[in-house]
Amino acid sequence: MTETASSAKPLFDGADWSFDTLHRTYEAIEKIALDDLQLNLYPRQIEIISSEQMLDAYSSIGMPLMYHHWSFGKHYLREEQLYRKGAQGLAYEIVINSSPCIAYCLEDNSMALQALVIAHAAFGHNHFFKNNHLFRQWTDPEGIIDYLDYARNYVAGCEERFGAEEVEHILDAAHALMSCGIFRYRRPPSLSLQQESRRSQERQQQQEHSANYLWDSLLHPSRSASRDDREARKRKQKLGLPEENLLYFLERYSPVLKTGQRELLRIVRNLAQYFYPQRQTKMMNEGCACFVHFHILNEMHKKGQLTDGAMLEILHSHTNVITQPDYDDPRFSGINPYALGFAMMQDIRRICTKPTKEDHVWFPAIAGTGDWRNVLKDAWANYRDESFIQQFLSPALIRRFKMFALTDNPDDPWYLVSHIHNESGFEEIREMLSRSYDISASDPDIQIVDVDLMGDRCLKLQYTKRNGIPLDAKTRDMTLLHLQRLWGYEVRLIEKNGE
Amino acid sequence: MVRFVDRRLNPKDKNLGNRRRFIKRVRATIKKAVNESVRQRKLVDMDREEKISIPSDGLAEPGFRHARQGGLRERVLPGNKTFNPGDRLKKPPGSGAGRSEGAPEGEGEDDFMFVLSREEFLDLFFDDLELPDLVKLSLKEISATEPRRAGYSVTGAPSNINVARTMRNALGRRIALKRPGTQEIRALEEEIFSLEAIMIPTARQRARLAELREELEKATRRRKTIAYIDPLDVRYNYFTDQPKPAASAVMFCLMDVSASMGEREKDLAKRFFVLLHMFLGRRYEKVDLVFIRHTHQAEEVDEETFFHSRETGGTVVSTALTQMKNIIESRYPPSDWNIYAAQASDGENFSRDSDRCTALLNNDLMKLCQYFAYIEIVDENEEVFLDDESGLELWSSYLRVAAQWPNFAMKRIVRAEDIYPVFRDLFAKRSEGVRHD
Repeated sequence: MTETASSAKPLFDGADWSFDTLHRTYEAIEKIALDDLQLNLYPRQIEIISSEQMLDAYSSIGMPLMYHHWSFGKHYLREEQLYRKGAQGLAYEIVINSSPCIAYCLEDNSMALQALVIAHAAFGHNHFFKNNHLFRQWTDPEGIIDYLDYARNYVAGCEERFGAEEVEHILDAAHALMSCGIFRYRRPPSLSLQQESRRSQERQQQQEHSANYLWDSLLHPSRSASRDDREARKRKQKLGLPEENLLYFLERYSPVLKTGQRELLRIVRNLAQYFYPQRQTKMMNEGCACFVHFHILNEMHKKGQLTDGAMLEILHSHTNVITQPDYDDPRFSGINPYALGFAMMQDIRRICTKPTKEDHVWFPAIAGTGDWRNVLKDAWANYRDESFIQQFLSPALIRRFKMFALTDNPDDPWYLVSHIHNESGFEEIREMLSRSYDISASDPDIQIVDVDLMGDRCLKLQYTKRNGIPLDAKTRDMTLLHLQRLWGYEVRLIEKNGE
Repeated sequence: MVRFVDRRLNPKDKNLGNRRRFIKRVRATIKKAVNESVRQRKLVDMDREEKISIPSDGLAEPGFRHARQGGLRERVLPGNKTFNPGDRLKKPPGSGAGRSEGAPEGEGEDDFMFVLSREEFLDLFFDDLELPDLVKLSLKEISATEPRRAGYSVTGAPSNINVARTMRNALGRRIALKRPGTQEIRALEEEIFSLEAIMIPTARQRARLAELREELEKATRRRKTIAYIDPLDVRYNYFTDQPKPAASAVMFCLMDVSASMGEREKDLAKRFFVLLHMFLGRRYEKVDLVFIRHTHQAEEVDEETFFHSRETGGTVVSTALTQMKNIIESRYPPSDWNIYAAQASDGENFSRDSDRCTALLNNDLMKLCQYFAYIEIVDENEEVFLDDESGLELWSSYLRVAAQWPNFAMKRIVRAEDIYPVFRDLFAKRSEGVRHD
């Protein structure tokens, strides 16, 4: 296995770890991460936790602090059940997008696994969190822990003031709307409260002033537009409609919520926004972490810092994680983000260092440049899953995964194999795969389109169908009930066919 | 920059609050399940945790989701083997979108299963019985503990070494690492010895000898480096503390099973038996259960038959008491056993038999028993007409017994919450066991 002369002594031997070996191993990993890969990192904080604590962390969406809610209890029970039955192992680690970047490592991990986990989480994910533009733009890693602390105390305070039941109702409703509590296209108000609300008020006022003039002057010549129509338009303008962030709208304009309840919505909304980049970069984020740990640990093995036994164990876990079962395999459950992410990044490295003729045609900018470090770092910083696939999925990889595309037209009694991994299919498959990673397309497109606060206060929502895919009726009705509770008046949802 | 933090000693049950909220939310459903399980469980098993299954409806966390069917969908899948562009795959019958569109969004939810801890189960069980808090606590609390075997561990005290396990691990490791065995070495030595015995060895024999010696040396070296028993192999017996009550008791369950005892009556009776049994289980290491059912004649039966089979016939209570007396005489000498009895009936008795019951109790049984509890299960409509003084023949004869013996308790029961007061005395003086002889 080792070709290079093993100069260094192995950092550890055997399965047991101690804080001493952890430190030494950490330093070796850090050296490669900083000198060789030149990663740009938040300070690291590595916490050793027990399996119960890992289960705890699972059920509160991986966060170290969380307000209390029954649904977390439910998730805990489910995870615990699966774990106890042996149906599912525990994750080796959980990492939090915060500064310092906190990585939780399970105490049951062997030393080799701890090395893997540290390289993966404390360096791979860490670099991605710090450098990817989505995280930089949308999250506040310095403030998140404080904010969670604030949120938990606030919810506890509310439970005391309004009663636990009332808070539970509001949170239930807010959770139901969580995926509709995100600003997709503009930066969200930052986490600090008063300051931001004051600023947004000013902004709102200014908007009203300037926009009203504009509308007036525009509308003036066409007297034909009916009065009602004009009023409706004015009204919508004033409320900033259409609005896709339902939670935000309710928080601001709901006629029935009390101040404390609005703040609860805001907390849920802020959390939804915080997790939004993670959902858009799941594949890249895991790919980056896998690539980093794979590179670092191989380097360490080459230097003789890892024994062959430790390396074998690491490779065993590594392979488990990045396995991609075929579509007809009983284990298949979609494309494994770890597998695709890692494969694409390894592939980029290959294209940079050992390009084929095909690569020169498809990736003229990077093929053969040899500078895979910077190509990857650029990709990690500036792309998300959708655009990353669009830009970097190579024909070689499509062949390796033997990808094919199925089309399901509801009118046909069959599925159509529309493309396969051949010359004419590469581009189509790449396009289609990339689309499937587009969160804004996989989340239903629901917007508030109109409400007359002075009139009947009926809240009108519109669902725009893409490709004629309807909403799930059962969950839709349940969610609308929640929405109605928060709004206090009638809520109506119209389904419209998109283009 | 790095900081290592050891969080293992931090409090674990961060999620207790969430769990409590969850259980509160599904209380009604759980309650139903607990009641069902009280009906199903054996008396002895009452004191355990319970697996509860809750229909997912009450627990749904809805949200706007795309439907699983309908609309034009496209998907990229890995692992193509035989498909060519333009191939058509038949959709599985009964679904517009089949397996391939399976469950990207909104996972299908089955019934939610989870285990209610013993504590939580008892809380719910006690719920109807309206026990005073102190009593609940004393029933749930487990006083002494004793260590019981609970598998193996890799650490422990030397005295707990499990030799068989350790040797098994050592053997496995020695085989895996190909540690030369004693026989192998002896075989080598013997061959060397026989070669050395040859006075004038041929060149070939000499070469063989050298080869063997080297092999032997290698083998001995290998034996030294690969330990016979490595610290890795060692396993220790692992013990956990299990609750341990003291001494032994026998509990007689007597019940009228004539046709007038319906499901409701039996259910109430069962709760009554359970409560007494749990009380005994707390105080005694071993509690034997004897089930005696009677119509116009009595017989000892198993629990299943006791609660679930129906009999027809008249009602002669004294037969059960006689049967109990016989069993005590043959199997449970009062010197070794604490004897408790619980009797449930609807109050009917064959006329004039009640006097015989009084006599049996006064003269024999009450001397032998620590405690005798009697409940009469009456219909909700009848309740208003009855007071403690009046009643059927059996009730008034038992009243006379109660007046004479402080350890005889009796009560009329309409609902589950009426059960506890029967035992009030029992729980009140739980510290000392009064013997009557």
